[in-house]
Amino acid sequence: MRELLWLVPTLPLLGSAILMLGAGRLSTRVEAMIGALSVGLAAIIAFTIAAGFLLYAPAGTVYEQTLWRWLDVGGFSAEIGLRLDALSLVMMLVITGVGFFIHLFATEFMEGEEGYGRFFAHLNLFVAAMLLLVLADDFLALYAGWEGVGLGSYLLIGFWWRDPANGLAARKAFIVTRIGDTALLIGLLLIASRLGTLDIAGAMKNASQTWQVGSPVATVAAFLLLGGAVGKSAQLPLQTWLPDAMAGPTPVSALIHAATMVTAGVYLIARTHALFLIAPSAQLAVGVVGGATLLLAGFSALAQNDIKRILAYSTMSQIGYMFLALGVGAWSAALFHLMTHAFFKALLFLSAGAITMRIHHEQNIFKMGGLARRLPAAFWSFLIGSAALAALPLVTAGFYSKEAILSGAWADGTSGRVLWVAGIFGAFITGLYIFRAVFIVFFGEEHTHVSGTYGWRVIVTLTVLSVLSVVGGLIELPPVFGHVTLLSNLLAPVLPATREVTNLTPLLLASLVALLGIALAAVLYWRPTRAPAETPLWRFWHAAGGFDWLYDRLLVRPVLWAARVGRNDVVDRVYDSIVWATRVAHQEVRRTQNGRVRWYTAGLAIGSICLIAIAVLR
Amino acid sequence: MATAPLDQGLLLAAILFALGLAGVLVRRNLLFMLMSLEVMLNAAGIAFIVAGARWASPDGQIMFILVLTFAATEVSVGLALILLMHRRITTLDADAGDRLRG
Repeated sequence: MRELLWLVPTLPLLGSAILMLGAGRLSTRVEAMIGALSVGLAAIIAFTIAAGFLLYAPAGTVYEQTLWRWLDVGGFSAEIGLRLDALSLVMMLVITGVGFFIHLFATEFMEGEEGYGRFFAHLNLFVAAMLLLVLADDFLALYAGWEGVGLGSYLLIGFWWRDPANGLAARKAFIVTRIGDTALLIGLLLIASRLGTLDIAGAMKNASQTWQVGSPVATVAAFLLLGGAVGKSAQLPLQTWLPDAMAGPTPVSALIHAATMVTAGVYLIARTHALFLIAPSAQLAVGVVGGATLLLAGFSALAQNDIKRILAYSTMSQIGYMFLALGVGAWSAALFHLMTHAFFKALLFLSAGAITMRIHHEQNIFKMGGLARRLPAAFWSFLIGSAALAALPLVTAGFYSKEAILSGAWADGTSGRVLWVAGIFGAFITGLYIFRAVFIVFFGEEHTHVSGTYGWRVIVTLTVLSVLSVVGGLIELPPVFGHVTLLSNLLAPVLPATREVTNLTPLLLASLVALLGIALAAVLYWRPTRAPAETPLWRFWHAAGGFDWLYDRLLVRPVLWAARVGRNDVVDRVYDSIVWATRVAHQEVRRTQNGRVRWYTAGLAIGSICLIAIAVLR
Repeated sequence: MATAPLDQGLLLAAILFALGLAGVLVRRNLLFMLMSLEVMLNAAGIAFIVAGARWASPDGQIMFILVLTFAATEVSVGLALILLMHRRITTLDADAGDRLRG
């Protein structure tokens, strides 16, 4: 069964190819079938492989499949192969499982849209690239998948291309992540040249043998990889693209900008953890970046009125938690939160989409209000998602994963304690901002007209994700009660062990602040009024700390200015004069082409006379 | 048999050729241009004949027959083209058909 691993990324790719080639020839129904089933089949194969993997673990708990040899030059060979270990197994299951349900949702959500087939072609392409990213056994294929998901993200953010603003948002996402991608590429080349291999496992083994702890080269390489990770995962300082990426259709936001692609940075750091272990300053930087981002994004989410932007900032903030976990060495906690976050954030985005598709795509929460009675399905799923996001104690998956992260930070010395404070404060803000949205959207007076009904595909998707958001956390319970360690046992061969915390204090504090946040939201927004006044502070957080403004002044305008100044330099003058001379000569010569036969005859005659004269007189 | 002197024959051919060329360049009526072309071809023919007679070679006459065939085909094709053009622009003025100007 494991031999079928190559089919997992290939099936979505095939679906994408069929949809692209058949554009305009397939009916909407067939396009929906191909789009959803290619991922569905991949999911079935992935889950079957996973079952086999768990029951009869392969030798060394790693299964490798070489597809072909890409190049073999002077002792340096690069093979394209797939590698399935516990880490990529978890990622593969999340991508295909959650991905399939989002596809299913999208077949209904996108009904009647122009470019239905194009949407699924790009979505399938994205899934294929993401699977290649997580299954790659060398950095080369990983980088190919890394760029592939960037392309998919670009195509889907700009899906509604008729509005130039969407194209602009797509371009921004592509260019900003490109900065990180460049850092990643330099980092990978550094690793390849210093360690002599592109194979991830081999490079990591060599790294710990070749480099001392804290050696400059290892630190530089780790920081470059971190640069790639912050770009893709929308962390400080490359976070500005994610809120604008909400210009894409809601299933895209759910799949790419919440559940899968933005977690690629977390995956990358977890995959190369050996490098970060010998570069402690880089690992600390990971944690600091995560802590700073989760606070910044949390505050920004408080000052948003657009439901999708609230969720976008919340995604940024939750990935900040994962980075924090990686920074404090709580490796499996980061993966755990990645998984539960994929469940509940996909659920939140899809239920937000389910709301907006019934109220004419209105996204301003102050124009909704009182939807709990009108849209019970969306209400309950959004509520469950919000509870999981706010880490409502005991009953939600988000609680267990966030608790694992905070305990890990608590146990990690002084720096960990500082990050823990940031995390605790962030947990409080999380409860506040998401339940602010819940109260404003679902309670109070109605401001909108609700139309339409839900089909089975929406209901099934929301139900499945709701269930996962509740029970998904039960695979890993804290040591103080339950002490279930299914996930960390699974990940034990791949990731270093996390310190066990038997102290009850962090757990109780984490539960308390989450409840406090929700309670404060209830006090403040139980009777939602109007949109908040535009105070300078509100404007500051609404613009997420003014990073867009800063980058515009610092980078975009100087470049545009330089381009404007440089367009008339001396070198250009030379080429411009060549253009001018050619054009003038052309104007003059075309006068002789006057279409009159007698002119041509005269030309022929004069030419012949001249030639004969030359021949005779010479 | 007395043969025509080379100089005078070639002079005749040159004069005829120049007349034909002048006709092609000066006349605007397509029919007259075609006739002037015929004059030029015949001038070339005379030059071949005279040269063939001077060196007592049959090549000149062979070439004349070739020129004659050319002239016949040229006239048939040219007349057909003129007929078509006349249907299009209802005039025989060569300068009116200058739609291929640059």
